Amino acid sequence: MLAPFLLLFTACTLVPIGYAGYLSLFTEHRSGLGFGGSETVFTGLGNYTRALGDAAFRAGFVTTAEYCLLYIPLMVGLSLLLALLLDSALARARRFFQLALFLPHAVPAIIAALIWMYLYTPGISPVVDALDSAGWSADPMAHPLPAVVNIALWEWTGYNMVIFYAALQAIPREVLEAAVVDGAGALRTAVAVKIPLIRPSLAMVGLFTVIGSLQLFTEPVILHGVSPGVVSTWTPNMYAYSAAFERGDYGLAAASSVLLALAAAALSYLVTRLTRGRGGRRSEDTA
Amino acid sequence: MTTLAPGRARTRRPARSAGDRPRRPRSLSRAGVNAALVLATAYTLLPLGWLLTAAAKNTGDLLGGRTLSPATWHLGANLHDLATTGDGIYFRWYLNSLLYAGIGASLCALVCVAAGYAFHVHDFPGKEKVFGLVLLGVLVPTTALALPMYLLASEVGVVNTFWAVFLPSLVNPFGVYLARVFCAGYLPGEVLEAARIDGAGELRTFRSIGLRMVMPGLVTVFLFQFTAIWNNFFLPLVMLSDNRLFPVSLGLYNWNTQTHAFPEYYPLVITGSLFAVLPLVAAFVGLQRHWKAGLTAGSVK
Repeated sequence: MLAPFLLLFTACTLVPIGYAGYLSLFTEHRSGLGFGGSETVFTGLGNYTRALGDAAFRAGFVTTAEYCLLYIPLMVGLSLLLALLLDSALARARRFFQLALFLPHAVPAIIAALIWMYLYTPGISPVVDALDSAGWSADPMAHPLPAVVNIALWEWTGYNMVIFYAALQAIPREVLEAAVVDGAGALRTAVAVKIPLIRPSLAMVGLFTVIGSLQLFTEPVILHGVSPGVVSTWTPNMYAYSAAFERGDYGLAAASSVLLALAAAALSYLVTRLTRGRGGRRSEDTA
Repeated sequence: MTTLAPGRARTRRPARSAGDRPRRPRSLSRAGVNAALVLATAYTLLPLGWLLTAAAKNTGDLLGGRTLSPATWHLGANLHDLATTGDGIYFRWYLNSLLYAGIGASLCALVCVAAGYAFHVHDFPGKEKVFGLVLLGVLVPTTALALPMYLLASEVGVVNTFWAVFLPSLVNPFGVYLARVFCAGYLPGEVLEAARIDGAGELRTFRSIGLRMVMPGLVTVFLFQFTAIWNNFFLPLVMLSDNRLFPVSLGLYNWNTQTHAFPEYYPLVITGSLFAVLPLVAAFVGLQRHWKAGLTAGSVK
């Protein structure tokens, strides 16, 4: 019963990775003006040094790093705050708020990016026009990083809030009662009791957010046409795409895809290691 | 008097200083908490509201930034344009998306639940190692895979075919993980043993007992995969060049790139986006129990 999955998994995950690894070791040399056909030459790690030596490729990783630094604390903080608010005894209409906050996640990323692109465009956007008439001339397109971060926040905050909220609901009520008996207020209970108890969820959200951040492609591609700051190699994924389809350089595209996957693996390892390490030490302390 | 007394006593008891101090901050923070939630909801819902109104505007009103009034109601005209542009190619894309996502997610859910069931029920050498490999698959970014998949598909010669987009969408390592968690939650070992003692074969046990008991899990994996396929953009972008094979996401992208030269595509993109969002919003509103269960199963356990 495992066979169908393993077969598909091998064909659609393992083999492509292996093939990309293989392709990344070769370069196509076109003779003459491209009329004389091409020959494939083994170049070893040449494509990797070419990708790593390309300032545009490195700039893509810098963009991703900036994006992570801005997006991850904002998104995790905001969704955690909303989950805690929803979990507090004071919130009303919890089902409605959960659904309403989650709803953007049902919107395909490409459509979310399209909606926000229009909302960023002066003349079309009621938001920009309202700001304009209030004397704030805003041009969101001049700042592509915050513009992309906002789209991602819109898409993911509610989704992760539901995860945190579910984890908060799973905390045994006795633990919280004990905190109240000990004289902890709502804020202290949240910081000292609730947040440490949902650390596994925080770790999982952190992990998936890091993996997602490295894949940044759809939103900047939509903004690429309208925002001068978003060049065609703005993120590593866009670099790989343009290497394959604009330059026809499959070796370079394969090498940059492999590097991207390696970066994702390294970061995931780091995130799990960090969160697990801290949790482990804490349980050792109490033991 | 008698009715007032216990009430006063109750408000006094927690108060350490002034009489009605604990009352006001409590009502204030209740208003504060709900106001914050309303504010956040406004942020999530207003862009969708804008999409709803923008879909009823024609090119001039949209680009002129004019507000919507009954006189400028063009939803009908927009729908007509949507249905006729490019010989009704939009609805072909829509149908493609339904095929890719509907059939793809059904098969994927079945494959994932079968695998999760096998991981839960059977013991075989190296089981946890294989499962670890599957979990590793969760960590490989799907878009980092799309390009290698394209390179492989062009080697095999299936680029620009239905299969190039359909087959990869059957794989979801996270679905296998979820299915295993669900099996652990829903499938008591005794029931399976009873079935075996009654002489049911492995496949039969799975089909008539296992599958039925993990139905909620199956629906959950289906829902998530349906959304993932419907929303997928990078893989079709890489794989397909024949616009009759496009899913809706790629079709809208294609139209959007033409709006610079042809502004009349703006209302098409917006109305088309609204229609592409509707089935997913309906699915999430209708199947709340399932996506919440899926998110919980993935996070708490």
